[in-house]
Amino acid sequence: MSADTAPQDAAGLRARAFRPDWRMRAIWAGFAVYVVYAAGQLNFTWDRFVIGLDRGAVFLGRMFPPEFARWQLLAEGLLESLQIAVIASAVGILLSLPIGLMAARNLMPVFVTVPARALIALARSFHPIIVAIIFVKAIGFGPLAGIFALILGSIGFVAKLFAEAIEEISLKQVEAVRATGASFMGVVIMGVLPQVLARFIGFSTYQLDSNLRNSTMVGIVGGGGIGGTLFAAFQRFDYDFVAAILICIIAMIMAGELIATWLRKTFQ
Amino acid sequence: MTLSADTRETPRWERFTPSQRLARFAVYLGMVMVVVWSVRNVRIIPEFLYDAHNQMADLFTRMWPPDLAYYPSTVHGALIETLHIATLGTILAIVMAVPVGLMAARNIVPFRLVNEFAKLILVASRSVNSLVWALLFVAVFGPGALAGTIAIAFRSIGFVGKLLAEAIEEANAGPIEALTAAGASWPKVLIKGYWPQVQPAFWSIALFRWDINVRESAVLGLVGAGGIGLILDSAMNFFQWTRVATILIAIFTVVILAEIVVTRIRKRLI
Repeated sequence: MSADTAPQDAAGLRARAFRPDWRMRAIWAGFAVYVVYAAGQLNFTWDRFVIGLDRGAVFLGRMFPPEFARWQLLAEGLLESLQIAVIASAVGILLSLPIGLMAARNLMPVFVTVPARALIALARSFHPIIVAIIFVKAIGFGPLAGIFALILGSIGFVAKLFAEAIEEISLKQVEAVRATGASFMGVVIMGVLPQVLARFIGFSTYQLDSNLRNSTMVGIVGGGGIGGTLFAAFQRFDYDFVAAILICIIAMIMAGELIATWLRKTFQ
Repeated sequence: MTLSADTRETPRWERFTPSQRLARFAVYLGMVMVVVWSVRNVRIIPEFLYDAHNQMADLFTRMWPPDLAYYPSTVHGALIETLHIATLGTILAIVMAVPVGLMAARNIVPFRLVNEFAKLILVASRSVNSLVWALLFVAVFGPGALAGTIAIAFRSIGFVGKLLAEAIEEANAGPIEALTAAGASWPKVLIKGYWPQVQPAFWSIALFRWDINVRESAVLGLVGAGGIGLILDSAMNFFQWTRVATILIAIFTVVILAEIVVTRIRKRLI
């Protein structure tokens, strides 16, 4: 485009105002080509989709009305999920405090931060369900495997963000506390924690919420909680019971979200 | 925090009002009670714990050395399929989330009822875990990557739509008014007024979700929805631990690579 010749007429001005962005258009075209290619690779066909829609209608029809007759099984599973989430959050968040502190590069020497960061990276990169599989194989079926998996996941998330929050603090206050002759723990408690506590509570409540969601899922691989009941109901084609379980899970998650919001408000 | 200005009149300063202190105390008490209740009631068989470290060590010795010969024959294809599921799922999610996000943004659609309806869709999408979406779609479309892709897409609508609506609501009204005053039609206002303002947020949301979806698509196979989870499940059912190790290493590498790619692109975009 002739950007440097300062067009006099209105038409030239209009042409410059909304210049076509060929780079962006190429990126969009690239996406379109990729979608067609990948859909071909995965054998997506329109027929499969249409057949699926028919089956989906049948499936939905069998889900209604939800069957709550086995409510005892349902309540037992939900309570176990809740217990898994609570214990995993409590232990995971408590462990995240020292690990996050150790991973903060502005307070700790390299030989402490590197192992702490490696642990966080390891805990973060596997989905809680995969970690749950490993723990189920190692310590057997039951809620304990789910608890361990979620503890690891909590450390990965909370400790990472905690370390990042610590790295952003103002060092002036830390120096001031240090100048009074405070011990290391004194510096941490009086100089560091007050600056990051609000954010720590923020992502701890987020993690509580996220653990509650995942605790309903670890059962699919044998990690305890409602997930096992859900998966069994699916495999037995008990779709009306599936609907009942799903309704209860969603209700529990929404209640958890409300409680998390309320907790955050209390501590603001 | 109630640091009021008139400290002269109230010589004794307190950080919290009595009701705030009471609320905090109630929360602490409630938390401790819930934790104690959970620990006392959870169904744990302590005998399993006594030899847990032995079992763990045993598991890792069985995994060593990883069966690397298994990678080119099976794992590579499954890994690529997983990436396709994550990427296609993200694209499909964006296609579906844009209209819902527009409906949820109060400055685009000035009808409360429509906003609330769109928000309901977004919340419903987020409340169901991707594994549950996968179970549902496996029942509908049969086992395979199609179910996985659609599950990823449905799960992501809520996330993408919510953040997109927030980004749209934060858009500066100046350019919009200028375009409307110039007589631009409604789609033109969207494309030339909102889109340039929302674009950076849009790309960063899409990349962030793609990163999450790469992780999530790796487990969808456990319920039969395609990808690398499928071969992980079968390798574990046959106790082929060296193959399991290879698969886990592959997942780990891809997740780390995805994170690096996302951070790189974000740095260039923002």
